[in-house]
Amino acid sequence: MPFQALTGEALADRLAEAVPDSVERADGDCVWVEPSQIAITAQFLRDDPGLDFQFLNAISAVDFIDSFDVVYHLTSFRQQHKGVVKARLHGRESLSLPSVYEVWRGADLQEREVWDLMGIRFEGHPNMKRIMLWEGFDGHPLRKDYL
Amino acid sequence: MPIRTEPMTVNVGPQHPSTHGVFRLRITFDGEEILEVEPVFGYLHRGTEKLAEERNYVQVVTLTDRLDYVSSMINNQAYCLAVEQLLEVEPPDRGKYLRTIAAELQRIAAHLMGIGFFLQDLGTLGTPLMYCFRTREKILDLFEMLCGARITVSYLRPGGVFADAPEDFWPALDRFLTDLPGELSELEQLILENEIVMVRTRGVSTLPLDMAINSSVSGPVLRASGLAWDWRKAEPYDAYDRVEFDVPVAQNGDNYDRFWVRMQELHQSARIVRQCVEQIEPGPVRLDLPLVLRPEPGREAYGRVEASKGELAFYLFSDGGISPYRCKIRSPSLINLTVTEHLLVGWKLADMIVTLGSVDINMGEVDR
Repeated sequence: MPFQALTGEALADRLAEAVPDSVERADGDCVWVEPSQIAITAQFLRDDPGLDFQFLNAISAVDFIDSFDVVYHLTSFRQQHKGVVKARLHGRESLSLPSVYEVWRGADLQEREVWDLMGIRFEGHPNMKRIMLWEGFDGHPLRKDYL
Repeated sequence: MPIRTEPMTVNVGPQHPSTHGVFRLRITFDGEEILEVEPVFGYLHRGTEKLAEERNYVQVVTLTDRLDYVSSMINNQAYCLAVEQLLEVEPPDRGKYLRTIAAELQRIAAHLMGIGFFLQDLGTLGTPLMYCFRTREKILDLFEMLCGARITVSYLRPGGVFADAPEDFWPALDRFLTDLPGELSELEQLILENEIVMVRTRGVSTLPLDMAINSSVSGPVLRASGLAWDWRKAEPYDAYDRVEFDVPVAQNGDNYDRFWVRMQELHQSARIVRQCVEQIEPGPVRLDLPLVLRPEPGREAYGRVEASKGELAFYLFSDGGISPYRCKIRSPSLINLTVTEHLLVGWKLADMIVTLGSVDINMGEVDR
C-alpha cells in the first residue's frame, strides 16, 4: 500500500461527523479546525481507527500579521497516510490554543518552542516555559514585528 | 549507624565534553541514581529560522549546513526538496543520483561520528573513535572533491547540485567503497560483540515503542524500538525509489539496539551508493532556474528526508517574495529529546552519559 496524503476535504468529512462544530473549512491540502476544538479534534484524529494519526510530525506557526496559523503535520504508520490540520488565531495579543500534549507527548518541546518564538500559549501544557530563550526575554523573535 | 543522604542537584553541561555540544541537564541525584532531569536548551540558538526570512531561497542553503553540522548534505537535501515542492520542479536524473550519493556518504560519516562518540562515552578512550574518524576522513576528502568544502558543504541547490562531480571523484569513490567493508568489519570485530559494551548497554534506558511513537521520536532511535519506518522507503525522494536497501530494525529499544541499528545502516548506505554509481548516467546536474527564485504566493511545502538523526523537514511558506515567508525546521535531534526524562530517570550518572551518546543528538540542530 503506497503512502498517501489525505486531502483536507477527506479529513473534514470524518471530523464533521465525530466532532461537531470543529471544522471551519477545508481544501485539497489541509483542514482548518476551530481553535478551541483542537485538543478534542486531536484526540479523535489519534484514536479513530480509520485515521489513526499516532504520530505528530511537527507543530509549526506562521505569523500573518492580523492572524496566526498553527499547523499540525500528522502521520499514520499503520494506515500509511499523512494529513495536515491547521488552526487560525486572530489578533496578536494574548493568543492561546488548547495543548495537544495529552494526546501526543511529542508536542511537549514543540509547543514550548511556538510559545517562545511566536508568542502563542498552549493551555493545559504542564510546563509552558520558554525553551530557546531565557525567562524574562522581551518579545517573541519569530513574529514579523520583531526586528 | 546508617549514613544520612540527601538528594543533590547537579548541572551537567552546558560545557561538558560528553554532552555533544552545549547541552545542559539539571539533574537531581540520590547518590549516583538519577531522580529528576530537566533539559535546558538554547545555548546554541542562532535564530536560523529568522535568518532564513532575510535571505533568498538559494542563500538559505548555507544556513542549513550549520544545523546538524556533521550531516550537512542531508540538511541541504531536505531544504532543497522543500523549495522544489514550492516551485513544483524536480532535478534532472544525474542531479538526483549525485544528491543521493552525497546524502548516503554523509549518513555514513554522521553515523560514524555517532557511533564513535557513543563508544567514547562508554570509556573506550579513543581507539574505536579513531577507527570511525579514519573512515569519516575519507568521506570528507570525497566531499572536498565534489564541492571544495568538507563540513559546511552547501553542495546541493534547489533543482539539483551546483556542479557535476570531477572525473577523479569516481575512482576515488570506488576505492572508498572497496575499502569500506574491511574497515567496518575491523570496527565490528572490535566492538559489536565486545562483552563490556554489551554489559554496559543492553537493557539500559529502554524506550518502549508506543512511547517512542507518541513522543514523535524518529530515525534510528525509533527503529531500535521496533518500528521499521524510514522516510526513504515511505516517501521516496531523489533516487531512493530506484535503489534497493533494507531498513534495519531492533526490538528492545535499549542503548545497545540504538548503536546496533546505526552500525547496520552503514552497510545499507554503502549499498545505496554502489547502486547509484552503477545507475548514474551523463546529463545535466541542475535545472536552469533563475538565480533569484520567486515561488507563487500562498504556496507551502513540507520537504522531508530521513536524516541521520531522524525525520528532518523544512516547512516553507511563500508570499511570492524572494525569501521564504516562514521557514520552520522540524529538527529530529530536538524532538528525540522529548523522551530524555523517561530514558534517564532511575539510571546512574555513568549510564546517562552513554544514553545521551546512543540517542545521538547534535546541538546545532537542537537549538538552531
